[in-house]
Amino acid sequence: MKRVYVNEDWCLGCHLCEYYCSFANSGKSDMVKAFNGDKKTTPRIVIEEGDDINFAVQCRHCEEPLCAKGCIAGALTVTNGIVTIDSSRCVGCYTCVLSCPYGCIVTDHEKVVKKCDLCASKSGEPACVKGCPNAAIVFEERG
Amino acid sequence: MNYLIIGNSSAAIGCVEGIRKIDTTGQITILSDEPYHTYSRPLISYWLEGKVADEKIYYRPEDFYTKNNCNVILGKKAVKIDKSAREVILEDGSAISYDKLLIAAGSRPFVPPMDGLQLVTQKYTFMKYDDAKAVKEVLKPESKVLIIGAGLIGLKAAEGVYKVTKNITVVDLADRILPSILDSEGSSIVQKHLETKGVRFTLNDRVKSFTENTAVLEGGSVLDFDILIIAVGVRPNTEIAGECGIEVSRGIIIDDTCRTSDENIYAAGDCTESLDITTGTQKILALLPNAYIQGEAAGINMAGGSKNYGNAIPMNAIGFFGLHMITAGTYEGETHVIKTDDEYKKLIFKDGLLKGYIMIGEVSRAGIYTSIIREQIPASSVDMEMLVSRPQMMMFGKSRRLEKLGGVNVGN
Amino acid sequence: MAINYFYPDYEVIRNEKKCIKCKACVRQCANEVHAYDEELDCLVSDDASCVDCQRCVSLCPTRALKIVETDNTFKKNANWPQAMITDAYRQAGTGGVLLSSMGNPQPYPVYWDKMLINASQVTNPSIDPLREPMETQTFLGKKPRTIKFDSEGNIVSETYPNLKLSIPIMFSAMSYGSISKNAHESLARAATELGIYYNTGEGGLHQDFYQYGANTIVQVASGRFGVHKKYLEAGAAIEIKMGQGAKPGIGGHLPGTKVGEDVSRTRMIPRGTDAISPAPHHDIYSIEDLRQLIFSLKEATDYKKPVIVKIAAVHNVAAIASGIARSGADIIAIDGYRGGTGAAPTRIRDNVGIPIELALASVDQRLRDEGIRNDVSVVVGGSVRNAGDIVKAIALGADAVYIGTAALLALGCHLCRSCHGAKCNWGIATQRPDLVKRLNPEIGYKRLVNLLHAWDHEVKEMMGGMGINSIESLRGNRLMLRGIGLTEKELDILGISHAGE
Repeated sequence: MKRVYVNEDWCLGCHLCEYYCSFANSGKSDMVKAFNGDKKTTPRIVIEEGDDINFAVQCRHCEEPLCAKGCIAGALTVTNGIVTIDSSRCVGCYTCVLSCPYGCIVTDHEKVVKKCDLCASKSGEPACVKGCPNAAIVFEERG
Repeated sequence: MNYLIIGNSSAAIGCVEGIRKIDTTGQITILSDEPYHTYSRPLISYWLEGKVADEKIYYRPEDFYTKNNCNVILGKKAVKIDKSAREVILEDGSAISYDKLLIAAGSRPFVPPMDGLQLVTQKYTFMKYDDAKAVKEVLKPESKVLIIGAGLIGLKAAEGVYKVTKNITVVDLADRILPSILDSEGSSIVQKHLETKGVRFTLNDRVKSFTENTAVLEGGSVLDFDILIIAVGVRPNTEIAGECGIEVSRGIIIDDTCRTSDENIYAAGDCTESLDITTGTQKILALLPNAYIQGEAAGINMAGGSKNYGNAIPMNAIGFFGLHMITAGTYEGETHVIKTDDEYKKLIFKDGLLKGYIMIGEVSRAGIYTSIIREQIPASSVDMEMLVSRPQMMMFGKSRRLEKLGGVNVGN
Repeated sequence: MAINYFYPDYEVIRNEKKCIKCKACVRQCANEVHAYDEELDCLVSDDASCVDCQRCVSLCPTRALKIVETDNTFKKNANWPQAMITDAYRQAGTGGVLLSSMGNPQPYPVYWDKMLINASQVTNPSIDPLREPMETQTFLGKKPRTIKFDSEGNIVSETYPNLKLSIPIMFSAMSYGSISKNAHESLARAATELGIYYNTGEGGLHQDFYQYGANTIVQVASGRFGVHKKYLEAGAAIEIKMGQGAKPGIGGHLPGTKVGEDVSRTRMIPRGTDAISPAPHHDIYSIEDLRQLIFSLKEATDYKKPVIVKIAAVHNVAAIASGIARSGADIIAIDGYRGGTGAAPTRIRDNVGIPIELALASVDQRLRDEGIRNDVSVVVGGSVRNAGDIVKAIALGADAVYIGTAALLALGCHLCRSCHGAKCNWGIATQRPDLVKRLNPEIGYKRLVNLLHAWDHEVKEMMGGMGINSIESLRGNRLMLRGIGLTEKELDILGISHAGE
């Protein structure tokens, strides 16, 4: 299955993936509207920054997803290998935050948690991959 | 293959999903003494609060049984297992045979004997959907609610009724709240938060006696109430296993594959004892993720596959009135504490391993800590300063990150 | 505080309505032009530090940024343009030589733009390169004057080592040190994929790039940095650098701050020491001395590799080239005054040297006149900007061209001419690890390959238009060129007729 991988050698720490991710999940047609409107959007991606190394972390779509197994509301499910969340079922208990070994379940001011779904509802590559200026984030099949 | 599952909650559902990974045709029968489609017990407080609609309390979609080709018998209690005949006898005397049996009987509230309790008409426990329904039935804005027990269930019940009535008193014999998951510092933070919301606590005290609407405490105070919720603890449902001769200690004893002392009988979830890898001891880990993971492992093994439930640890994620806390492992050892206005964090190390943590308020990415505990990653192999400051993949060093984040095929 | 005589050259224009405060500009500007002001909750800029490299503009996800030239104006003076006044202020402040980078930006005539290419009509039909074979492959090096065969048909004449180019373009010398390792890797991989050559410059060859040796020209310059037997053997050809178009007559200076661990090992000099290339080769004071070095290098590499001698285009270039051709060199590379550099004194860059077009025409003519044109190949660089320039260069007599600036453009360079600051925001002219990683060679080499494929297509289109199907038939074919707006003297030097003639 194709997954998003980050090559930290090329990650610039520009954070644009975060913004393209938020934009893709904002439901807005315009990036300015997505960020300067009333409703704030949250990226499903976490950037880690070090002295000379940066990288983005997003859901690995584990074959044995502990988040889905532990979800008390049955909100996290696996469809075609993609771990997705049904926000209408999520109660914000954060058991998935407790379980995810990569720290990829994102919490914000809203009640429900958020996570990467590989932009499954949209066509083509995930927004973070498309938006990365240095091909540090790639979408590909690996062994 | 003919599978029978006693229980219809997360361990049972895990078992069905586990079996179906291996065996798509075998006959699965689910047996439950409750009359409901599988629902999530931890959701009952959310349901009571109105956060979860009736149809969303269900743990799996409506077509789950059909899709997984399960025969479901609801509202009937299993009373006996005949190991030699490989049959389970129901309360109506009928028998269901099995090739492989899973006991996922869960646990039940423990109600200690208390003077005058029989006089209380509106008294409830808080574990099942029916419990929440019963409370909802009688709950009014003017209700005074008395909760015995300041543990997870008691406090979730408090949150559940809070939308309707803020007149809530919680009594506990312990000197602090949530003693099973928090240290005293953490307890007092959470207690203060709940108190600012108007919840009252009477700790270090117990009920001496009840009348219909009052509780007299040993400390002398008298509390009026309309609704009494008893949440002092739970007991595993092990009787059906014990009576047929399966090895039982405090919970049903299982091996790594969730098999009991009988080769055709497996058990999973709150009714079992699991190996807590942080202490190396067997204990009851009554938590939903553990139940599901054990159930799934049991299902796979019952269907002929091979799976260990492995790496179980005590862990909990819960929130009260917007204050989140995540805890895991055990708390004996050397501690590192970070405390600011927004966060309380305690990390516990022993034998060169992270053994446990408590995070209150700022809980993001806690799962990275959980994984370090579960995978028993030596503290010496990660950047300690990073580990202590916040959960992050950066602490693992480049090659381990490549392995974990899957980028092994690229880069230099 | 002292008086600030300057006004910033550029101004950052930020469309506040479109800015989403993502801070990509803050994170990406090594000159620290942009900053986020927490109190004001907005982005602010320090225009004075902006070099107009366009990195922020390129990365801004909402196109909220643009950089404009300031309209702050000193009193108009045709004799004293604003930039010249500012230079005087700057030097009055520092007492130092002004430094610049990349090629001469002054408004001297560009002869490429004053020549037009022919096309066939009616009598000699043009060729459609999409339908018919079209050859842009060429060979560089000495050619035998006659070819003799034995009775079996084998060549018995002496032949000489040649470089085989699939297209008549090479990447010119840019040292590891002046440009980043990732830039070098991009060039090396592109050259390998394209079947052409890149050039180490005078910085030696990084150990990771020996694998690309078959497509590498190794340079020997006056500082002799990084030169050893294995290095000479690694390359496909050896280039002796006598001069560089951007700074004829002077040497080079890589400051010690740029000599980190890797650069130090590659150049074989201590870490942190300045790498000074002397103005002359201290062992070359005559054509005879040059010949000695050429044959030393040939001897060291078993006469298997062609030797290139690179000179800057200067006044007596034709005579110098003639001497070089007679000194045993296989290829002469001539670098025009618009050629790029990682750092040069501004006055040298802007005032010394001559245009490559004129130098090429006179060198080619001189070598023909002396009957030694086939003893050497001629490669020209120093601002070859597109396929049109290439066609014109070859028609004027070049065997191939060197491109440096154009290659850097493919890698993202925006010609901000601040290479000497070593803070290249595009990860090209820098050794700062956080900046170097901005150039992903995986992307870089593909862009180089794309650029050269595109140019090759265009060269073929133009050749086809002229009814020529082989680059060899275009070489020195000055009938294919006409001048426009040129004086008699210029036409005479270029050896072409005026348009309409």
